[in-house]
Amino acid sequence: MDQIGTVRTVLRGAALLGVAVLGQVVAAVALVGVLLSFLIGLVFVFFPTVRLVRAMTRLSRRLARDWAGAAVDEPYLPPPAPPRPLPGGWYRDGRTLYRTPRVPAGKQRWAWLVRDPATWRDLGFLAVDVWSGGLLAGAPVILVALGAVQLAHGDMVGLAWPLLALVTARWYAPWAVRAYGLFACALLGPTERARLARQVADLTRTRTDVVDSQAAELRRIERDLHDGAQARLVAIGMTIGAAEELIDSDPAAAKALLVKARDASATALRELRRLVRGIHPPVLAERGLGDAVRALALDTPLRAHVTVELPGRLDTPLESAAYFAVSELLANAVRHGGASEASIDVSAHGTSLRITVTDDGRGGADASRGTGLTGVERRLAAFDGVLAVSSPVGGPTTAVVELPRAVPSARPPAATWRTIVAAVCWGLCWLPIFPQGLVAGAFKIVGMSERSWFLALYLPGSFQWPTILGMIVLGSAMLVTGITLSAGHGQNTGDDA
Amino acid sequence: MRVVIAEDLHLLREGLAHLLEAHGLTVVAAVESGPELADALVRERPDVAVVDVRLPPTFTDEGLQASLAARRRFPGLPVLVLSQHVEQLYARELLADGTGAVGYLLKDRVFNGAQFVDAVRRVAAGGTAMDPEVIARLLARNAGNEPVGRLTPRERDVLELMAEGRSNAAIAQRLHLSDSAVGKHTAGIFAKLGLAPSDDDNRRVLAVLAFLNSR
Repeated sequence: MDQIGTVRTVLRGAALLGVAVLGQVVAAVALVGVLLSFLIGLVFVFFPTVRLVRAMTRLSRRLARDWAGAAVDEPYLPPPAPPRPLPGGWYRDGRTLYRTPRVPAGKQRWAWLVRDPATWRDLGFLAVDVWSGGLLAGAPVILVALGAVQLAHGDMVGLAWPLLALVTARWYAPWAVRAYGLFACALLGPTERARLARQVADLTRTRTDVVDSQAAELRRIERDLHDGAQARLVAIGMTIGAAEELIDSDPAAAKALLVKARDASATALRELRRLVRGIHPPVLAERGLGDAVRALALDTPLRAHVTVELPGRLDTPLESAAYFAVSELLANAVRHGGASEASIDVSAHGTSLRITVTDDGRGGADASRGTGLTGVERRLAAFDGVLAVSSPVGGPTTAVVELPRAVPSARPPAATWRTIVAAVCWGLCWLPIFPQGLVAGAFKIVGMSERSWFLALYLPGSFQWPTILGMIVLGSAMLVTGITLSAGHGQNTGDDA
Repeated sequence: MRVVIAEDLHLLREGLAHLLEAHGLTVVAAVESGPELADALVRERPDVAVVDVRLPPTFTDEGLQASLAARRRFPGLPVLVLSQHVEQLYARELLADGTGAVGYLLKDRVFNGAQFVDAVRRVAAGGTAMDPEVIARLLARNAGNEPVGRLTPRERDVLELMAEGRSNAAIAQRLHLSDSAVGKHTAGIFAKLGLAPSDDDNRRVLAVLAFLNSR
């Protein structure tokens, strides 16, 4: 199993090298394209060139994500909106009018691509990829190739390289692939500035959405109270007043009026109850998200199965957003999907909250069309939450709500000293184990006169073996410490992921 | 009959005490918080407790939890729970132990004093008093299912009232039917739902509720 894993990792490293070589070719082509468009003015060459470069880096990003576990976000600026025609049907660019949108759109795209630093960083990545990341990841294969070439020339030293690759592959290959991921992350990911710019744009949009929807919601509540409960209370007061006047002269009529007042107050209560349910469902306030979702499941006409795995109560506004998301998803399943059965899973994944709602309806739900789903998305966006809906025509529909940083983390983050000690242990454990321990021991057994830099061999005879064994024990202890510390830490961060 | 009342709103607590005493019940304790309620239930062992779901100090479901805890300690301790909203979830929890002697009503039901006191007495006697709204939602959820869907409209009316916890005589009066007609409908319902018939009103209600809650 482990061997297979190592072989796979080595092959992946080789594939990364291959992709890097291909990237080198693409970089050369792209350079020609860029020179043509900038020096000679063949502007139209620029667009396919950038498309080619982006396709290539997209491949690298995907490989870095799938193989090295490095999630590299796309750093590109959002594309410009297509040009809008003037009232007369003409398209304007600066002081010139065009009959078709082609030229203005082309100019916009040109500015968009040229001004995006990611375009040029992509090109830089392709140019250096093979010399750094690719070389690093493909090293075992290069060693084998080198050995093969030397052997072919009859040089027996060539045997050493494949052997070295074979012995070290198990440790080296996974590390190298991960290192490639870091490299790709550094060059292909968004810069801090691009990330912040994007975040500011997102936050501005969500803030506007939240403020808008909150204002609309308050307006609705005000109107409901004004037209409903408030008006009814006025009527009740009047009815009781009338009953008070009649009570001596016509007790029967007064009694009838009081009955009417009682009924009106019951209606007012009913309306208030409905209103409260829409603002913040009482069961959510009383029991929290888990039981509120169970209560929802009991109230829908669907046969709904609920599983909840939460460590405790969450933040109130967040609970509320999650609750209304589930409520809307279930309502959609009934209204549009014609579903008869649904399953709801609410669980904490590390610090994020994930809610999955699956129904057996007709499917074909489209988050961009339904206003309900858009509302849910907006509400979730205020908490950096996202809604993903998979709804093929014919069903089943699966909607996943993910809210990051929703669940208070059960364990504190790893202390800095832990990280440092683990890093030191990992980084240096090979030193006592191999050169100072095993290799020195081997030298001593074989009786080599060479002492190299092996500490034990410089000591008096009786100290040599204890030192060698001590070195091996020390190295192993460091290795175990490193594994233990990072396993504890890994569990923690693994949960966070 | 000795009653414990737990309600945090002063006005409503006094109103309830008045109402119950006017109908000849004795209020032995009128408390306003969860811990006090838990105390009073153990100390007084009342014939029935009238409890608001939401009580201080947490203003969550303190009253319900205190009642459920007391019922775990003294099985069948009669409790009538009042709330501004009704949830099938809470109704299930109250019915879960299958001993009956529980009620779960909207607070509006106290508007009709006589009916409310009747519900209190029913719970004290070991019966059930479920809010019509709970039952309506319970039936709505079951409406599409096989056995409930096969009931005649009249049988559904009877089932609804029976699930609320009313006796055959009360159902007959409500629907303007003869006792024997109600008995016939009841037998029909039990046959269609596949439940074993029983002469005991309380046990019959619990069987129906358990059936409706099981799906």
